[in-house]
Amino acid sequence: MQYNAMSMPQTPNAVATCKAAVEAGALRIALSGRLDADGAATVWDEAVRAARGHSGELIVDCGELEYCDGAGAAVLIELQRIAMQREQSVRIERFPEEYQRLLNLFELRHFLQDEKVEPQATNFVVDIGRATANLLTDLYNGVSYRGELAVELWRALRHPRQTRWGEALLLAEKAGANAMPLVALIGFLLGLILAFQAGAFMKEYGAELYVANLVGLSLLRELGPLMSAIILAGRTGSAFAAEIGTMKVNEELDALHTMGVNPVRYLVVPRVIAAVCVMPFLVMFANLFGLIGGGVVVLSFDYPLITYYNQLFTSVAAMDLSDLLTGMFKAVVFGLLVSAVGCLRGLQTKSGASAVGDAATSAVVTGIVLIAIWDGIFTALFYALDI
Amino acid sequence: MNETIIQVRNFKAAYEGRTVLDGLNFEVRRGEVFVILGGSGCGKSTLLKHMIGLYPPAAGEILIKGKDIAHAEGEERRAILREFGVMYQSGALFGSLSLLENVRMPLEEFTSLPREAMNLIAHMKLALVGLGEFCGYMPSEISGGMQKRAAIARAMALDPELLFLDEPSAGLDPITSAELDELIVRLSRSLKITFVVVTHELASIYAIAGRVIMLDKRTKGIVAEGRPDELRDRSENPWVRQFFNREAKAPA
Repeated sequence: MQYNAMSMPQTPNAVATCKAAVEAGALRIALSGRLDADGAATVWDEAVRAARGHSGELIVDCGELEYCDGAGAAVLIELQRIAMQREQSVRIERFPEEYQRLLNLFELRHFLQDEKVEPQATNFVVDIGRATANLLTDLYNGVSYRGELAVELWRALRHPRQTRWGEALLLAEKAGANAMPLVALIGFLLGLILAFQAGAFMKEYGAELYVANLVGLSLLRELGPLMSAIILAGRTGSAFAAEIGTMKVNEELDALHTMGVNPVRYLVVPRVIAAVCVMPFLVMFANLFGLIGGGVVVLSFDYPLITYYNQLFTSVAAMDLSDLLTGMFKAVVFGLLVSAVGCLRGLQTKSGASAVGDAATSAVVTGIVLIAIWDGIFTALFYALDI
Repeated sequence: MNETIIQVRNFKAAYEGRTVLDGLNFEVRRGEVFVILGGSGCGKSTLLKHMIGLYPPAAGEILIKGKDIAHAEGEERRAILREFGVMYQSGALFGSLSLLENVRMPLEEFTSLPREAMNLIAHMKLALVGLGEFCGYMPSEISGGMQKRAAIARAMALDPELLFLDEPSAGLDPITSAELDELIVRLSRSLKITFVVVTHELASIYAIAGRVIMLDKRTKGIVAEGRPDELRDRSENPWVRQFFNREAKAPA
């Protein structure tokens, strides 16, 4: 259904009126006209203010009412409620017979207390305690989930026939082949920008050819795996979380449980296998296009392509296999982290439509945080081990 | 009492080029409980979705209080939307809002009542369906039957004269379903609300229905119209008798 943008709440034909007057110590509030939602909106504030401002008896005169519905009944109940809370006596006079049945539907005593709509305010200490408890449960769940996943992955390798390879292949196509254009674009721009920014500066020292080594090394060891993993987190980790989260909301996960199927084995294992398998290819692709991007810049510095090639692969400062392999190793680990945490967030989805969105968001955020942390660890580790 | 509130003329519904319903003519009178009946997949819910203006008819027209919702736009459409409330099959309560906020939402959208007034009205509507104590609960914290009742409360937030209910008893146990039927009858009598109910629950039909139309997949139209007991006892159509007698196969 579409709503008109300009149609904010308004009172097109509000014809209810409210007159308040004090007669012999009693406040007489005379309501007249059509007391529907619009009518109630016009008289509400006035009637309530009048009733609150008077301490004696309250008389609500409904003799001039033309129409009254649920909203009108609410006005009467509110006035009675105000009077009763302040222990004033209250009377409704000349209420039209035809609407009496409506009023009889509501028992006043049910509404005497104000409804607590807003959630209870918590204090600082409770907040901290709750956050800590959540953090610890999250940690505990994370550890037990990783253990379960490790067991199931190991099982999948030992019993390859029971693994859903077809599903894994389909997921690999979505996570890998379909991501190729994006990875190529990002990789190309990364190489181009890196080479251009560095080249403009290095040219002043006559070292512009070394742009090739800069681009090659940083792409293979760092940026290729990093960018591919971030793309995987955004494209695929979120999709895993949303898909499994929707299944959870639809009770499909419960159905799996009752059929004796372990959701981690059935859903998570193929996804993790798919992501881990496609990551090296994505990274290779990103690296290739990154090098092409760097090459474009080197060409623009008037070097022939063969010089760029030689500088990359055969010079003293050339890349060697260990650079590629450390990058690939990172790629595999990132693939594992991103897909595993995506599925975990899916499995942890609470009920409701917004929960699925939360799960997807959380999958991307946690995925990127994990990538950053582990990239740091790897860099330190490789440096210490001198790889 | 015999005033027409909804008029359906030569109505045709098509879904992706496939005709689902064709040549429907009927009217709903003010104050009655009107039941749309039929087997699974015969287009009951499709008809309902057209009646509430979610889809435009492929041919013909549907008039609610004389106004054509399919072709109304802007303020005009809003005015028609305000005339009726809808309870969807699964309740369709907003999961991120409490029951009270769910019921308050149409009030916020359509009226300029002060916040405390909206809260009171929403509370009253929930009390009307027996959920006065559950205002602060989230939809996921209450049972399916309660969700449906809350959905009815939300549909009634603006005191419409007309309520559409899609499968009110689907997925409920007989007792809860009977309670819901009782609620419908009570609201229909005390507030004079007109109900259009889609269902295939026989027990409910006898309990609530004033008049019934029965749709059929094969003819894509109405096969029978009348009071439920009349249809059961006097219908010539073997399929209608089969339906009312709950037989798997048509009598020979």
